[in-house]
Amino acid sequence: MSGADKSHLPEARGQSAIVRVALAAAQPIAEPLVAILLALLVGAIGIALLSGLVPGHSALDVGLPIAAYGALVQGVATPNGITSTLVYATPLILAGLGVALGFKAGLFNIGGRGQFLMGAVGAMTVATTVGTSQSSYIVIPLALLAGALFGAAAGFIPGFLKATSGAHEVVTTIMLNYVFVSVTYWAISGPLALPNAHQPITADVTTRNAALPIIIPFGHDGHLGILLALLAVPVLWFLLYRTTLGFEIRAAGANPDAARYGGMKTNRLIVLTMSIAGLMCGLAGATTIMGVVHQMEPGYDTTVGFDAITVALLGRSNPVGVLFAGLLLGAMRAGAQTMQIQAGVPAELVDALQAIILVFLVINVLRRWLDRRAANPGTRSSAGVDAPQAAEGVA
Amino acid sequence: MTEDAARSEAPALEMRGITKRYPGVVANDHIDLDLRRGEIHALLGENGAGKTTLMNVLYGLARPDEGTILMDGKQIQIAGPSDAIARGISMVHQHFMLVPVLSVAENVILGAETMSNAVFVDRHEASRRIGALAERFGFDLNPDAKVGSLSVGQQQRVEILKALYRDARVLVLDEPTAVLTPNETEEIFGLLRRLAGDGRSIVFISHKLYEVLEVADRITIIRRGRVIGERRPSETTEGELAELMVGREVELTVDRGESHVAGPVLVVEGLRVADDRHHEVVPGATFEIRAGEILGVAGVAGNGQDELVQALIGLRRSTGGKVTLAGRDVTGFSPRRMNEAGVGYVPGDRQRFGLILAFPVYDNLILTSYYRPPFAHGLIRNDSAILESAAAQIERFDIRTPSARASSSTLSGGNQQKVVVAREFDRELKLLILDQPTRGLDVGSIEFIHRQIIAKRDAGTAVLLVSAELDEVMEMSDRIAVMYRGRIVAELDGRTADKSEVGLLMATGGHEQATTQEEVRA
Repeated sequence: MSGADKSHLPEARGQSAIVRVALAAAQPIAEPLVAILLALLVGAIGIALLSGLVPGHSALDVGLPIAAYGALVQGVATPNGITSTLVYATPLILAGLGVALGFKAGLFNIGGRGQFLMGAVGAMTVATTVGTSQSSYIVIPLALLAGALFGAAAGFIPGFLKATSGAHEVVTTIMLNYVFVSVTYWAISGPLALPNAHQPITADVTTRNAALPIIIPFGHDGHLGILLALLAVPVLWFLLYRTTLGFEIRAAGANPDAARYGGMKTNRLIVLTMSIAGLMCGLAGATTIMGVVHQMEPGYDTTVGFDAITVALLGRSNPVGVLFAGLLLGAMRAGAQTMQIQAGVPAELVDALQAIILVFLVINVLRRWLDRRAANPGTRSSAGVDAPQAAEGVA
Repeated sequence: MTEDAARSEAPALEMRGITKRYPGVVANDHIDLDLRRGEIHALLGENGAGKTTLMNVLYGLARPDEGTILMDGKQIQIAGPSDAIARGISMVHQHFMLVPVLSVAENVILGAETMSNAVFVDRHEASRRIGALAERFGFDLNPDAKVGSLSVGQQQRVEILKALYRDARVLVLDEPTAVLTPNETEEIFGLLRRLAGDGRSIVFISHKLYEVLEVADRITIIRRGRVIGERRPSETTEGELAELMVGREVELTVDRGESHVAGPVLVVEGLRVADDRHHEVVPGATFEIRAGEILGVAGVAGNGQDELVQALIGLRRSTGGKVTLAGRDVTGFSPRRMNEAGVGYVPGDRQRFGLILAFPVYDNLILTSYYRPPFAHGLIRNDSAILESAAAQIERFDIRTPSARASSSTLSGGNQQKVVVAREFDRELKLLILDQPTRGLDVGSIEFIHRQIIAKRDAGTAVLLVSAELDEVMEMSDRIAVMYRGRIVAELDGRTADKSEVGLLMATGGHEQATTQEEVRA
């Protein structure tokens, strides 16, 4: 209640409606855009500094970054490139929506890795058991459902722990990632392993009526999961902004005390939100296995669960934002090979770019969090409760 | 002091024609303010009037678009807070900037350490100087106590000590009494007078009229970024100050009229409540409230009122006892079931419990009813019904907001509270529980909310009013219950109760002790 914030108050009232609407529209996009542009700039400087290492280029060749980014765009701007973009973006969008939903509820879900793997195992379990006897019309929905449910169960556990004992989800989800990596290893080398194989490996989903049908006629792997990811965006948006459950989730995230006072069962919401978040990550795992990877070895793992955090942050926890963030990171992956071939810049550059984007985003998240701390030094909420809100930028 | 202040010729500090514009608004419009040596100068204005902006200019936190600042007659530029401190201008913020795990002395020297050599802080010298300062101004502070273990009032004294340690000649206090109990307020006033007597100049920012009249030598009233007038306490009244501050005539006393009391609505029998650390802070409260009456609970903050209210509303589990609402046993009901049983609740901390600041106004107006028709059908929200109802409530409760979609954090404190009041009052209620309903609000908003409470009472609602402002309890209540260490030690008639009697009961619980009695009467 300090007068400090109040003195700026009439500011907003004085602005014309048009300016206000324009600012309101630009403001949420501005920050991710700046993060992306800065990352591209840092990446360009890095490429130029190291250009001497690329055959045929002198040291400090300022032309190389331009050539590299040009090749990256070229790699995407073809029918095949667009298909690959969508294929790469699909798990990022699905898992990104899961992480974003957690942010909205004030939960920092770092368990995407484990939830993704459990989703993959769930889908593979259905493929292995039901796949030989049933048609794909039955196997595919069942496998997707199993992936979703396995993922949801993997999310339920940290949610339940938090609701009942207060164990912080950041800690439990990270620890559970190790558990689920091991469970995956065990499942694939044990119950899901092909009998009589030389090395432990699962069946190929294409032989078990569980491969997702290809819906895009050009490029590779343009599978049905893409449609699922694109449909999940409006579904999650509707859930968050047009249902009472979404209202409860957002309220519990923005102010758990007020949510409790408003009659919401915040512990139940924590469990439910973590389960839905796990479900989305599980779907990401299931579609990846059924649409792209097809066969799992015991050491199977991806970085999707962590990339999803970048996607959720870049998308400011808004489902539409997550869609664009997922597409952007997907496009960077899709163009990386072309960049390596045409410009000689290693494809891993896109990992670096993604990391730099994350750094710039996190700087802003921290700044917002510190600002809020400075504004209300008396707040009793822990960093874990505040940080996701700051991540989302609701302040 | 007043005579001293008048005698000294050149002002210690002078602000001339200070103008500060923010896009779309002039926060300070050619404000002139002079500060004499040894004077307590009150800056009075509603929230958002521009008091804080002006002090931010003085403290170097905001750069004025126009105007000059003179110190001892010489024009100065203040580049930032460190510059201000170097010139002897210090500010005590409403929210303290202290490190709880450090001692008083360590906090005081933080940023202005006395070094014994290039590396080590000279703790002895620091401790000695702080001890001397504290003694000189009659601070009751142990330099070696950990700040985290101090009361709010003591922490504030540490902040003031910090300013004195930096040899502040001009001390700005931003609503220093907002967080203090009446006793602590008296103590801080005494301290301010001693500082002024020492030749220091004090700017006292407040919107509480009686405080300003009590402590200030001069009062400058600001409204909408302009200086509206200057008064001396001896030449003005609360009524005039309120009118200057708000810009219209304000009723300072509530016309509570006749109450038409009917049968009991809330019956509380032996309710026991524990705090977060499992200490039983309410060891058995028994009282009843009848339809159409206001029961005021008076008590020094921390005597179990918060816990009692939280238990009644279902936010806290009671450990024993029985609560009956209109003949129905509601013991242990959840907040939602209490809400559905016809109980309205205005929480004491509106920013923590009452509102989700990040949410738009219309979402806050349905915080307790979002799941019910017409606002939702099953799982699906009905946004048009929500917005329609919000528009009507904004109109009816005079909530000043650019639109129903504006974020609640952009509203002033008074308007935020009106959002809570609109949500809780705007339906038929059996019982209304009000915890500090006007804390930190300006007089205009207080007047509005008091009228709404009376209207609710006259409509037959039983009202429980908990307030740390004894004046509010005295003015509003039909009956007054005094709470002391978790027990209701007395019940008095609101129209005949004597303020000093209630104050005494608050301080002692009825067990008179000569020393405390003196304190209360002082």
